[in-house]
Amino acid sequence: MSQQIHTHTLANGLTLLAERMPHVRSAAFHILVPAGAGYDPSGKFGLAGLVCDLMTRGAGARNSRQLSDALDNLGVDRGESTGTLNIQLSGATLARNLLPTLAIYADILRRPHLPDDELDAAKSLSLQDLQSIEDEPQRKVMIELRKRYYPDPLGRDQRGTAEGVEAVTIDDVRAQHAALYHPRDVILSVAGDIDWTALKTEVERLFGDWKARTRPTLTPETIIPRSDHLTKELDQTQIALAFPSVPIGHSDFYHARGAVGVLSQDMSSRLFTNVREKHGLCYAVYASYETFKDRAAIVGYAGARPELAQETLDRTLDEFRNLANGIEDEELDRVKVGLKSALIMRQESTGARSSAIASDWYFLNRVRPLEEIQSAIDGLTVPGVLDYLRRNPAKDFTVVTLGPAALRV
Amino acid sequence: MTFHQHTLPNGLTILGETNPAALSVAVAFWVKTGARDETPEVAGVSHFLEHMVFKGTPRRDAFTVNRDFSRIGADNNAWTSEENTVFHAVVLPEFLPEVVDVLADILRPSLRGDDFDTEKKVILDEIVRYEVQPGWAVSEHARKHFYAGHPLGNSVLGSTASITALARDQMAEYFKRRYVAPNIVAVAAGNFDWPKFVSLVEKAAGGWPTGVAPRTQRIEPPGAGGVHVVTKPPDKVAQQYVMLIAPAAPADHELGYAGAIVSTVVGDYTGSRLFWALTDPGLADEAGMGVDECDGAGAYYTSFNCDPERASKCYGIVRELLDDVQKNGITDDELQQAKTKVMSREVRAGERTQRRMLTVVKDWVYRDEYRSVDDELAAWDAVTMKQIREVLDRYPLTNQTVTAYGPLERIG
Repeated sequence: MSQQIHTHTLANGLTLLAERMPHVRSAAFHILVPAGAGYDPSGKFGLAGLVCDLMTRGAGARNSRQLSDALDNLGVDRGESTGTLNIQLSGATLARNLLPTLAIYADILRRPHLPDDELDAAKSLSLQDLQSIEDEPQRKVMIELRKRYYPDPLGRDQRGTAEGVEAVTIDDVRAQHAALYHPRDVILSVAGDIDWTALKTEVERLFGDWKARTRPTLTPETIIPRSDHLTKELDQTQIALAFPSVPIGHSDFYHARGAVGVLSQDMSSRLFTNVREKHGLCYAVYASYETFKDRAAIVGYAGARPELAQETLDRTLDEFRNLANGIEDEELDRVKVGLKSALIMRQESTGARSSAIASDWYFLNRVRPLEEIQSAIDGLTVPGVLDYLRRNPAKDFTVVTLGPAALRV
Repeated sequence: MTFHQHTLPNGLTILGETNPAALSVAVAFWVKTGARDETPEVAGVSHFLEHMVFKGTPRRDAFTVNRDFSRIGADNNAWTSEENTVFHAVVLPEFLPEVVDVLADILRPSLRGDDFDTEKKVILDEIVRYEVQPGWAVSEHARKHFYAGHPLGNSVLGSTASITALARDQMAEYFKRRYVAPNIVAVAAGNFDWPKFVSLVEKAAGGWPTGVAPRTQRIEPPGAGGVHVVTKPPDKVAQQYVMLIAPAAPADHELGYAGAIVSTVVGDYTGSRLFWALTDPGLADEAGMGVDECDGAGAYYTSFNCDPERASKCYGIVRELLDDVQKNGITDDELQQAKTKVMSREVRAGERTQRRMLTVVKDWVYRDEYRSVDDELAAWDAVTMKQIREVLDRYPLTNQTVTAYGPLERIG
């Protein structure tokens, strides 16, 4: 499959990435700005999300209503999300509407009104979002795990705290926008039926005169992760765990993905087969890999009725530990074909591709060609994965549980 | 894209939409059976059976089923609704023979007793798992209140009691009655060879027994009406969840497109009446409206969740808003904007083989017709203000059955 990937870094530091996809009529975009919750000052946790919300409540020549209507009239499905390190603005529409859509996003990023009289509404949404986590035990336990596993600010919940949200003033919002919303290290990626020359010219016009500033650096503190139990009368005990892995870009990265795949790629993988299918212990159990630029973790989740929770935890941990004792060739072959198929099938989705190329650039400062990823997957061997597991064993688990009673780890 | 259709002598329907530019092929076996086709003694059997289908056949044990999907890199899953049980997979084009082989094989499950007992535990866990999610629980209660005995209000999961009591032989009997060839559609969309697909399905499913699997009570429920409050202690449920259900056009109704436009104008996640009334001012955490088009019946679902202190205020706003749309209709600008949104979504959905596959089979099952992406775009574009008025008159937004779930003891 031949790929058409274009990259262009503006003089001010903003990088434009594009992948032309034949046979589609749509286009999708992703914008990453290093302005996530990690930059929230002490006492104002939740500020990043408020900035992100208020940016879409009027920008450039349009008020909030006009801005929303303009995007709806272009058929743009969209979302804003605040992460720990980045905020992300993304959307998808018909390819012919892409350039007018990007012009609106230039207003949102550069010329938001950040209206004082809508701050209370944005705060109210943030506070309700925090409240709603209490009604979603799986989300809650994963948030509590990350708080205890990662050092601050990496383990921060991007929603912040109720006290933090309440303390934010419109001056805080405006100051944070002025400090963090500038082009340095911003990534704008596009995938779909695009004309590169026209896109590049328009992005230069929209963003070329945006002034770069220095960006504050985040220094994670040094902590020792800790296990914990949170008591709540739930009908299902929530179990979350994490242990260290290697980040994307590390020579062992694909080995780590292979190891997680053997555990949890699909319904034939070990966690599903051994914890759910053989013993009927629970409906949901999985492992996944997550990475920052400089560190990574393998995380696990299971939810089980309280009387089965201890056995579920024990068997889940056993599966992690047993991995280093041996993997069948056939197991790894399935992981490989699954990873490669998913890679090709994602090529049908403009949203998936614009997200993937932005992520590559963020982590690696380049876009990995599909051939490179395919060949790395082909190169995975059982001895290679086992060797990785010997060097990075599944141990020193951080386990956080939420439910009526604590479990033994 | 080209459409194809064929019926086997035993009555099994085969559908295809070929698109040589696609990078994958999406395949499904769609069984026209679900919770509404169950009697109370076997409540939840359709969904439990969907799980048992993955537990093996005379040719494969449970692990082999999952392994055979895995080794072709299939993105596969299954779901059960009130009306359908669907087994689907997306694979690279070269794996078409293998994916048809495994999907067709599992549609003739062994239903072994020990697998049945183990899986029962998983189902019971799944029931608890959903019960602790208020967003799901409110809809389960709301459907019961609205349908008031109509089988579309049956719970897909069943209850802890009904699943505990269910016997393997009751499931086998249900399977024999409902999984007959004329009640099943095999479908593929994407990059594949149609004659080859037909021959693969014929070889695998041509010998399945025929029979009739009728559906009873295909009548439109009037909606029971009323305001129902399910109170939960605040340490169990933090927010207040409110759902309103009103009758809407059935899936094959000529006013279906107009009804979907109404629901987009009233309750889409951006720019809708509900968005500006509840979400934008921060009154509700989430608010929206959707339409569920079923066999012989349909329903509008309007829902929001918020801080309990504001729930009665939000509820009043929603009722006023619905009354206003009912009385005064929507504006020309709203109609145009809703069309733009749904048409943009239709084009993008058409780019994914899985989404196309599901649309093609749904159109065939519910409307007895094939509709290309361009047919769908033309149908959306053709919706008029007159049809909007007609659908509002025929299915009023004021005819609501209301359910509140959360800490409050009363609402409004």
